[in-house]
Amino acid sequence: MKNSPIIAVLVLLAGAASASAAMKDSCATCHSALEDTKLLQPAKEFESDVHHQAGLTCADCHGGDPNDDTINAMSRTKGFRGAPKKTQIPDFCARCHSDAAYMRRFNPRLRTDQLSEYLTSVHGKRLKQGDSHVAACVDCHGVHNILAVSDTRAPVYPTNVASTCARCHSDTHLMSGYKIPADQVARYEKSVHAQMLAQGDASAPTCTTCHGNHGAMPPGVGSVASVCGTCHVFFAQLFQKSPHAAVFAKMGLPGCVQCHSNHEIVRPADDWVGVGPQAVCVNCHAEGDRGYDAARIMAGALAKLRTSQERADNILTTAERSGMEVSSARLQLSASNEALIKARVDVHTFDPGEVEKLTDQGVGISTKAYEAGIAALRERDLRRKGLGLSLVFIALAIAGLYLKIREIESRLAP
Amino acid sequence: MATLYRRVMSWLDERFGAGSIEEFLRHKTVPLHRHTIWYYFGGMTLFLFVIQVLTGILLLLYYRPTPNDAFESVQYVVTQVRFGWLIRSVHSWSANLMIFTVFVHMFSGYFLKAYRKPRELTWVTGMVLLILVLCFGFTGYLLPWNTLAYFATKVGTQMAGSVPLFGKWLLIYLRGGEEVTGATLTRFFGFHVAVLPGLTTVFLAMHLLLVQRLGMSVPPGVERRIDEGRERARSMPFFPNFLLRDMMGWYAALGVLGALAAIFPWELGAKADPFAPAPAGIRPEWYFLFMFQTLKLLPPKVFFLDGEFAGILGFSLGGLVWVAIPFIDRKVGFGRVTRFFTGLGVFAIGYMVVMSALVFR
Amino acid sequence: MENHADAHDAYPKPGRRWVNLLLGGGVLGSIASFLYPAFKYIIPPLVPESTSRSTVAAKISELKRNSGKIFQFGSKPALLVRTADDQFKALSAVCTHLSCTVQYRDDLHQVWCACHNGLYDLSGRNISGPPPRPLEEFEVHVQGEDIVVSRKA
Repeated sequence: MKNSPIIAVLVLLAGAASASAAMKDSCATCHSALEDTKLLQPAKEFESDVHHQAGLTCADCHGGDPNDDTINAMSRTKGFRGAPKKTQIPDFCARCHSDAAYMRRFNPRLRTDQLSEYLTSVHGKRLKQGDSHVAACVDCHGVHNILAVSDTRAPVYPTNVASTCARCHSDTHLMSGYKIPADQVARYEKSVHAQMLAQGDASAPTCTTCHGNHGAMPPGVGSVASVCGTCHVFFAQLFQKSPHAAVFAKMGLPGCVQCHSNHEIVRPADDWVGVGPQAVCVNCHAEGDRGYDAARIMAGALAKLRTSQERADNILTTAERSGMEVSSARLQLSASNEALIKARVDVHTFDPGEVEKLTDQGVGISTKAYEAGIAALRERDLRRKGLGLSLVFIALAIAGLYLKIREIESRLAP
Repeated sequence: MATLYRRVMSWLDERFGAGSIEEFLRHKTVPLHRHTIWYYFGGMTLFLFVIQVLTGILLLLYYRPTPNDAFESVQYVVTQVRFGWLIRSVHSWSANLMIFTVFVHMFSGYFLKAYRKPRELTWVTGMVLLILVLCFGFTGYLLPWNTLAYFATKVGTQMAGSVPLFGKWLLIYLRGGEEVTGATLTRFFGFHVAVLPGLTTVFLAMHLLLVQRLGMSVPPGVERRIDEGRERARSMPFFPNFLLRDMMGWYAALGVLGALAAIFPWELGAKADPFAPAPAGIRPEWYFLFMFQTLKLLPPKVFFLDGEFAGILGFSLGGLVWVAIPFIDRKVGFGRVTRFFTGLGVFAIGYMVVMSALVFR
Repeated sequence: MENHADAHDAYPKPGRRWVNLLLGGGVLGSIASFLYPAFKYIIPPLVPESTSRSTVAAKISELKRNSGKIFQFGSKPALLVRTADDQFKALSAVCTHLSCTVQYRDDLHQVWCACHNGLYDLSGRNISGPPPRPLEEFEVHVQGEDIVVSRKA
């Protein structure tokens, strides 16, 4: 630029007039006054960057001399590194972020192993081979307007992670080059996990929860159950002890995903168990094999418990409507519901005996509640009998009155 | 038995002249003619009122008039107290029955022109009693503090607010504040168990005293026929004949109440939640339905008046006219036939029935 | 009137006797069937108050330190915990996930739901597992031997 020295002096005067913070940052001062958006943008964005707020300047990453107001600030002799190439980015950031002693000055709790994790990931390995299309630090975290992970506006805040990954992973053209499907995020959005996230529960699983963030890799077939099991503890434990675990491992099938899917994980229903049209068991089992029978028995047990509960619920509602007090029976019935919930967990033992143990317990409880309902209705009928008795006396009284009237008036008839 | 009675009566007579009262009652008669059956409705209303007082006193032993406890205390009565379900359902059903009989009693007095001279004051005190009974119904309905009661009260007191000039003050006075809150409940409870019973006792005493002094009115048509010699003037002694018949009716009413309580128990509903939206199809009790429907049908503006206010004004004026009927229908006092007023009465009943039915469309 | 008196004094005809009996019996029987419920009504029930706002959860002697007891509060279960340092805590026992009944774990000193491994701290805060909301906390007062639990005002 031919006018750059003159502009630099003018801006310097303006900068001196405004008398800003202690740090002198000629890079930011100069670049903020430029007209070319490509050069202006970084300076503007850096205002909100978490590094800026920590007191770092452009030179702390890019090198050069922030005290020099001339173009010489950007000379190699002053240590200027310029903008790194895509393949150089991880090392560029790791210069600080892998230096534990340095990072401790700013935030002792921050991890410093991001680079080593990244190098184990698919992204890291490919980048090392020279593929500049894969994700590196800046693709997820931003470049000059990097926000802390806990900031809700950050692209890596839990509720934003899926859309950040989708930038590449939902791009069919880009993904076809790697022969990966591009529908994972779309499927995930239909899942119950995405719903929880949308309701603001930041602890709900998103892409990075199962795949890792810096060391992003699809979990291997053998480790899927462990991944799901970090939250779904009981189910993973039961599955590991079940016959399916060994069989799946031998067949190379991914544990939980086989029935529940990996990205499109929806709320399961009771009819997934068994041999019906919606059942997942019949995807592998056919009529005649032990698994088929087991599935049928488990589905039957669940259905039996549900029917028994419904029966009890109906009679208690009838009793309540008649004005009878059945709150303790209702309490009992809720215990039966608990048995149903536990039975659904125990389906993952794939052992009909285990499931039946719980459903039988539940049926016992709901039967007791049903009997309490019957007793309440009997009490109601007793009231009606009492009414009948009083009506008898009333009828007698009315009859007596009538006859008395007749008697009086026949005597007094003229 | 008879001598014991004689001994008690003479003891009382020596102390406050009970004898003359006894003499009077002995000679009280009831006219016998084809409209005699309507004479029973006054006594029936009084009987149901006594039932209300007795069951109400029993309910008072357990009821708590605060928003935190009201619903729970009614639930407690209905579920824990022995025969609480019976007392509560009888109280609720008898309230409705009583309002029905009081309207029948009033209309029978209207159509049989019982309000003509010298019974104008009987009519006026009777109308005051009718209004008091409706107030009993309105205040009592809120006391269980369930959803229906809360919103029905909200809508009902809202209507009071649309009266101009003192509408705002009237609303605050009724609600005990701007909104329906615990203050409203306390206030309504006070009205229901103290103020209204007190007023009712006074007006009831006047009403009954007038009836005893003036005797039972004979409808003009019957009177005319007796004068013309086409019918004989018959009567029956009040005690014991009419009273025994009264008692038959009262026993029948008791049977009906018991059956209603046992077979159609009054619902408890759900506890009122002031922050929940009003349930769809909310409406007041059946005896206010005709007013409710009228207000729904009125346009937003009637001439220069606000629609709702015009409706309330209409009903107020109508009510005033109704109370003042004996002074408006002067001709009937002179034994003349006044078909216009009969027609007016038929219109009134027809209007109330049709409007009430329209709510269910 | 004389005849009237004579008729009264003479031995009542058999028909009249039956009518009197019927009338008297009917009236007395009906009055009894009205008074009986009224008298029963006045007798206070065993549970003197509605238990949905406040109830006696347990006696001090029956609850050891570092243990919990499930009791009925209104129409739902509730949990009373006597902590290791002798404090009383009362929480709703209805898990906010799928309404299973929670329990006190004396090894974890936390409230645990057996259905899906949800955990709450002793103030009811949901700290681990699926429960989306905390458990409702209740007030506890000790009256003599009784531990009284009531809803917060």
